[in-house]
Amino acid sequence: MFAVEIAHLTKVYGQGETKVVAIADASFQVVPGELIAILGPSGSGKTTLLTSIGLINEPSQGRVVIDGQLLADDGWLPGVDLKRVRREKLGFIFQHHNLIPFLTALENVMVALEINGHSRAAAKARALELLAALNLSRRPHNYPAALSGGEAQRVAIARALANRPKVILADEPTAALDTENGKNVMAMLKQIAVENRSAVLVVTHDQRMVEGFDRIFEVRDGRIVKESKG
Amino acid sequence: MNLALRDIRHHRGRFVLTSIGLGLLLGVVISMGGIYRGLVADAMAILQSTGADLWVVQQNTNGPFAESSRIQEDLRYRIAAVPGVAQAAPLSFQSVQIERRGKPFRFFLIGYDYRPGLGLGGPPALIAGRPIAQKHYQMVVSQAMNMPLGDTIHLGLHDYTVVGITGKLVSSSGDPVAFVTLADAQDIQFKQENNAIRNDRARLDAWVAGLPGLGGAQERMLKARLAGLTESTHTVNTVVARLAPGAELGRIKAVIGRWNHLRALSTEEQVEILTKGMIEKARMQLGMFRIILLVISGVIISLIIYTSTLDKIRVIATLKLIGSQNRVIVAMILQQSLLMGLIAYFTGYVLVRLTHKNFPRRIELVPLDLQVLFVIVLVICTVASLVGIRKAMRVDPAEALGG
Ligand SMILES: Nc1ncnc2c1ncn2[C@@H]1O[C@H](COP(=O)(O)OP(=O)(O)OP(=O)(O)O)[C@@H](O)[C@H]1O
Ligand SMILES: [Mg+2]
Repeated sequence: MFAVEIAHLTKVYGQGETKVVAIADASFQVVPGELIAILGPSGSGKTTLLTSIGLINEPSQGRVVIDGQLLADDGWLPGVDLKRVRREKLGFIFQHHNLIPFLTALENVMVALEINGHSRAAAKARALELLAALNLSRRPHNYPAALSGGEAQRVAIARALANRPKVILADEPTAALDTENGKNVMAMLKQIAVENRSAVLVVTHDQRMVEGFDRIFEVRDGRIVKESKG
Repeated sequence: MNLALRDIRHHRGRFVLTSIGLGLLLGVVISMGGIYRGLVADAMAILQSTGADLWVVQQNTNGPFAESSRIQEDLRYRIAAVPGVAQAAPLSFQSVQIERRGKPFRFFLIGYDYRPGLGLGGPPALIAGRPIAQKHYQMVVSQAMNMPLGDTIHLGLHDYTVVGITGKLVSSSGDPVAFVTLADAQDIQFKQENNAIRNDRARLDAWVAGLPGLGGAQERMLKARLAGLTESTHTVNTVVARLAPGAELGRIKAVIGRWNHLRALSTEEQVEILTKGMIEKARMQLGMFRIILLVISGVIISLIIYTSTLDKIRVIATLKLIGSQNRVIVAMILQQSLLMGLIAYFTGYVLVRLTHKNFPRRIELVPLDLQVLFVIVLVICTVASLVGIRKAMRVDPAEALGG
């Protein structure tokens, strides 16, 4: 079974004069544990592709299947609890860490677990374990404002991993970091793909960051124009 | 993990200050309710401490509290003779304003029949001193008069000495109450200085002498009658009565009402006159202010919650993105609103509790009023949070992505 499967995915923004075809007829499958890079210039539709797979951007046409569950078929499938799929099966990492500013590093990870039904104690234990794995044990009680960019991004990764998602979606996770921290984050994502058997889809426009990826999709004007092995 | 509390903890200064500010507003709301209850209690105080079943006043008046009423003192004997009446006694009421220690000093003077077993409406339980024991120049004051035993006060033509102090008793307009004998009260009210009496007498005599066709004897008789009438001080404001057990109030009222110039009011009717007539306007006024202040509180809470929701758009979008249920987000906003209301309510409550004794008018804190207000505050907070909640529900999780 595929972790992610899209078929003829098309996303059109606006109508008439302002109509933009952000994604046109994209199709691919990703198996668990696979590490995918999506490369392309600005405005090519990378984020749109990722958010459509991430169930926060309704596709205009085509199908989205996550972990064998059909979720979109020319628009959302009626009666599906998308939030539930997001919290159980998807993990998100963004360019800006998107941590909640009034929660500590530890609480930011715990919140993802608690909304998914874990008890406070279980959430805390798992969050501490994740922070330790991401080399953050020293600062569990720091607020995001008191973390470095690299540390904050690692907390965000810990949060994305919290519920052992089948799919991890990362949109330019290294763009706000220096080269070294960027390389570190990429290395972690690779490790996660291997160890957690998660499908990891990483959007970037930095060619140098994609070495060691299983496959690389290149996007131009909403179309996947090239697929290559990493 | 409670998101509402975590958020507040992050900027607790702003939250607490706003809540306390609202607390001051709610304090005013609470004290206004207390003032109204105080007004009612004050208005009823004399009525209740008198403990009469029947109030006989001048016909066509709502006396003696709402309107002036004058009747003859000796009606007490006629009223006492009505079958079913156990006891009847006259009372005189007057507001007195004098200068004391360089300041205007107002109080309410009650004249009553001081003789044990004969009077009604005298001072309630004394907390110091003794009751009035002689016909003249003694006085029992309420605590609020701030007069020690043995102190004297000059009223009318004489000095009166404080012999007893009773608890807190005020008139319907909130002035402290003092008691003297009926005879003294009538003196204070009606007796003029000797010069004034001589002047009046001369004026009347001149007028009688000027009437044509009066013989000498007639003239003398007329002069004496007129002097008797104009100098008579045997007028009271009401005669109150207690009924014998099992007596029929309605029948006795009807009997007395048939006599000329009199009206008999039951205690219920007095309560009605006092509440409906005298306090109704104050009630509406205070009620209106309370409603306005509550609306203002609601608007403030709603604005604060709304702006704090706007501050959290990105947080809310992120929560939605990672799959939070709507109830998590609704609870965060609603709990903040309720907490703000709770802090404000208790701030206001504690404030009024601590200070209500120092208000110039009595503030009566009735538990039921406080409970009702508490529920109203919670309802206002819930409603006030709806604008913020509505905004939060419309946040697109994609908003978490932007830079
Ligand atoms: N909400 C939107 N409404 C209308 N048009 C949009 C919207 N979001 C994106 N677009 C358009 O869709 C196209 C693809 O945008 P998208 O954000 O997916 O590009 P991207 O590859 O992620 O670019 P970047 O590298 O700059 O992040 C662009 O032309 C963009 O203007
Ligand atoms: Mg993008």
